[in-house]
Amino acid sequence: MPTTLSVPATRSDTGKLPRLAATNLACRRGNRLLFTGVNFSVDAGHATWLRGRNGRGKTSLLRLAAGLSVPESGTVSWGGVPVRQAAGMAHRMVYVAHASALKDDLTVTESLRFLALLHGRDSDTTAVHQALERVGMASRRDAPVRTLSQGQRRRATLARLALEREASIWILDEPYDALDSDGVDCVNALLHAHLARGGSVLLTSHQAPGASAPPMASFDLDPFA
Amino acid sequence: MGSVFLAVYQRDLRLALRRRVEALLPVVFFVVAISLFPLGVGPEPQILRQMAAGIVWVSALLATMLSVTSLYASDHGDGSLEQMILSGHPGSVIAAAKAAAHWTVTGAPLVLVAPLLGLLLDMSPQALAALLASLLLGTPILSLLGGMGAALTLGLRSAGVLLILLIVPLSIPALIFGAGAVSAAEAGLSAAGHFSLLGALLIMTTLGAPVATSFALRIALE
Repeated sequence: MPTTLSVPATRSDTGKLPRLAATNLACRRGNRLLFTGVNFSVDAGHATWLRGRNGRGKTSLLRLAAGLSVPESGTVSWGGVPVRQAAGMAHRMVYVAHASALKDDLTVTESLRFLALLHGRDSDTTAVHQALERVGMASRRDAPVRTLSQGQRRRATLARLALEREASIWILDEPYDALDSDGVDCVNALLHAHLARGGSVLLTSHQAPGASAPPMASFDLDPFA
Repeated sequence: MGSVFLAVYQRDLRLALRRRVEALLPVVFFVVAISLFPLGVGPEPQILRQMAAGIVWVSALLATMLSVTSLYASDHGDGSLEQMILSGHPGSVIAAAKAAAHWTVTGAPLVLVAPLLGLLLDMSPQALAALLASLLLGTPILSLLGGMGAALTLGLRSAGVLLILLIVPLSIPALIFGAGAVSAAEAGLSAAGHFSLLGALLIMTTLGAPVATSFALRIALE
């Protein structure tokens, strides 16, 4: 029921971030079994880099972790509770998909303010402007999203991460995609700050996250096909 | 919860404002479709008056169905829908806000221009008043049902045709009682019964359609 998802009371929950764990996870897309028997966990303060060849199911795994889809078998749990029933997870999770979730016809600031409001984050114009500044998008903050380049779109999307104040779990699908080296450093700085406050990260990336990235456990999806 | 409703509603209105021409297309369709009838069936006032209620109502139904197809498509395409579903707010509140925004952009203008088109079809003042009231009660039903259809057909090819096939049967009661109210008023009878039934339909759809829509959206995202 949708009502079980409404959990504003737990937002003040500032205890240690529960552990995200996958047990014996299998995922099916159409009639193809993408992976099976996957076990991993992400603890508070830790980052995991999910690797795998194209089409191995990295994005599918992230969607399972975010609770957007249901696994073929196995479970993804958050603090011991299946993610789709975990109270308060919605407010302590940021899922950045490959699609930007920005509206072409709105300005960058308007788009971000809506997302911040939707997720119960600080949606003040000043807070959003500061977040955009941290990802190097201050000069484009009032531009319509449609006019942004691919890399700028990515930066604007990731500005959501700069709005985070509390320890939460970040599930990031190719955060480094289309970014220049300066953009990669911006993201890594955000990751450092996030891990320092006890947050956790699960991300996918084609290339190695780079020298400025925080230490990450790497998890390879290839052997589970 | 109220703030999320308002946020989604305002965002959709703002998006419609940025695409004014697109937002006006259903009303243009409505006007064009209705003004074709006097040309097609002939200009005899007697015939037009008899058919007026049905013509306006059917055109409103089709205008709504045509415009509702894209209600969730762009949010689905750019990932906004995922974010809305993941936000932890009830999907039904988001669905209700989207339907309310759709009604404000499409339904309300239809209600506003309908009396003018009624005059074109030689409707009497009592019939015009009944038409206005029946559309006011009926178009929100169409937006809510249409939103449900849009969610059910999300991501499918030829979603538009499928949506019409799915939703038109469900909206037939609204069509019958809406057009019936106008005919009753035209004949000098009381339309109160028709309005009560339309009101009941509106309450039922308001309670049911957003919940069904939220389930359909969840399924579409899997």
